[in-house]
Amino acid sequence: MVQFIAKRLLFLPVVMLGVTMLLFAALQFLSPAMRAALYIKDPRQLASLDQVIQKYGLDKPMPVQYGIWLKQLMRGDLGYSETAKMPVADAIKSFFPATFELTCVAFLPILAIGVYFGVLSAVYKDRWLDQLSRFVAITGYSLPSFVLGLLLLMVFYGRLQWFPPGRYSLDVDLLVHSASFRHYTGLLTVDTLLNGQWSAFVDVAKHLVLPAVTLIYIELALLLRITRSSMLEELGKDYIRTAKAKGLPGSVIVRKHALKNALIPVVTLSSLLFVGLLSGVVITETVFDFPGIGRWGIEAAQQLDVPAVLGATLLAAGLFVLANLVSDILYAFVDPRIRIG
Amino acid sequence: MPSSIQESESAKASDASARRGRAASLWRTARRRPTSLLGAGLLAFFAFVAIAAPVLAPAQPRARDAYLIPQDGYSPDPAPPSAKHRFGTTEQQYDLYYGMVWGARTAFKVGLTVVGLSLAAGMLVGGVAGFYGGWVDETLMRGTDIVLAFPDLVLAVVIVSVMGPGLGNVMWSVAAVSWPSYARLLRGDVLAIKERDFVSAARALGASDARILFRHIIPNCIYPLLVVASLSMGSIVITTAALSFLGLGAPVGYADWGQLISLSRNWILGSSGNPFAYWHTILIPGMAIFLFVLGWNLLGDAVRDILDPRQK
Repeated sequence: MVQFIAKRLLFLPVVMLGVTMLLFAALQFLSPAMRAALYIKDPRQLASLDQVIQKYGLDKPMPVQYGIWLKQLMRGDLGYSETAKMPVADAIKSFFPATFELTCVAFLPILAIGVYFGVLSAVYKDRWLDQLSRFVAITGYSLPSFVLGLLLLMVFYGRLQWFPPGRYSLDVDLLVHSASFRHYTGLLTVDTLLNGQWSAFVDVAKHLVLPAVTLIYIELALLLRITRSSMLEELGKDYIRTAKAKGLPGSVIVRKHALKNALIPVVTLSSLLFVGLLSGVVITETVFDFPGIGRWGIEAAQQLDVPAVLGATLLAAGLFVLANLVSDILYAFVDPRIRIG
Repeated sequence: MPSSIQESESAKASDASARRGRAASLWRTARRRPTSLLGAGLLAFFAFVAIAAPVLAPAQPRARDAYLIPQDGYSPDPAPPSAKHRFGTTEQQYDLYYGMVWGARTAFKVGLTVVGLSLAAGMLVGGVAGFYGGWVDETLMRGTDIVLAFPDLVLAVVIVSVMGPGLGNVMWSVAAVSWPSYARLLRGDVLAIKERDFVSAARALGASDARILFRHIIPNCIYPLLVVASLSMGSIVITTAALSFLGLGAPVGYADWGQLISLSRNWILGSSGNPFAYWHTILIPGMAIFLFVLGWNLLGDAVRDILDPRQK
């Protein structure tokens, strides 16, 4: 087990190296002059474009450039983001908590609703509850998150004025950036409570509702269907028939026997779901103007802020690879039949 | 390989009736699951709209490109549906009805192109990797792992942003992130099929590697691939629409549903006293994408039931 984890951890940098190579190769679509333009802050500098290209080695062969870039990366220098007006590493530090907070707020309800209703729709197969969950899953699967997001905004912001977009209102903005406000975690729901600012907490929570609902509805489908089919498979097995023959009540069979086994694929899936959420927030953050990594990454991509795009993408890929690893390890933990050596 | 007598007998029986059975099974599935009929109906409707686009929404006589939506003035405020503009107009007075009709063509074109491209790439990579094995397999599959290490949308955004915005680049970028799942699936099947006797027979007859792979092996593992392709059609349409929504896809004024929705982003608030004044700018293109994707998803479910009985 330890060996397996060690092996996978060792493999991690190899995959990440491949990821950086792929990203770098993608960048070669841009001409040296276009990449040099990033370093130019002032129209007067345009005359020295060639010098900039020389200075940063932008016309050197690709492997050489890759070496330079990788060396920079190893030093922890991700470059400077023009869109965020700060170094990429700082930008990630300042945008990530918002994304993480939104993801967590959406993740727990998905897990709870998905498993609970997934199990119920397996137990009550083809009854109205199952049909309802099928309807929710298929519509969630087919509805683009930006359409749902805009419709929610139209009703709950435009008409009802309940849940505004953004991360907080203006007065909370002032409060959060005032000297007396201490940032313990970067998660504003937690920080406002720790600072004893109840009304600010309510404001922050209100801003989280619509993006979270959007994410929940869109990402719920997968978990709902996987739980259902996994549960149905377990309920059809011989040991369930034995339990029934023993005269155990249905609720005990479902909860004590079938559920434990049915949850194995669900557990391994949930870490992937978490990452799916992290990429799902790209659109959601943009629609709701929520200042996280996703919105920043899209803005950077639109303005060809290459260091920012590279930084955000590396982060996404790193989290993705890590979550895959966690999911493999969890799999071995929850299923004693799996022995990975 | 079937081992017990019972299994081999049932395999023989199913072989004999496979061809006759497919049409019947299609009908049975359709009757058992009315949702699949709904899916087929939705797609038939959109296909009709796409084909009949020049009749339903004739292009302006002097239009440069029929996909460019005609503009009626330049006022920034969207106008509600009227006799002149059946679905109203978006901001900058693009006719929504025209955009929806020609957008159906764009949707089919984009979806089918992306699935075709990624299927071809996945087939090539997965087929070659599974067929040759050894270091070829190792190299190609590790490359696949690296592409799979990115969340789809994120990598697609990176590729489009460096290639430059545009519908063509959106198609390439989404294809570039969609092929690995096909490659993985096909590789596994090729590994199993290449050990079969008919492959040895073909080799003994002197067939070339390419002929064995493309004429003998791949046709025998194409069905699971088609199932995945039909199921992934919906998510591909959503991803391309999302890129257009983010402003990386079709240019403003091009008949593309995602792009039309991005035009509605500034109008969620409505006017004073009438919060839903601009409902049509979101709801009409939004419902079109939803129903189009829903159609593919419902149909994909049915295709899976028919072609892949193991998953019933």
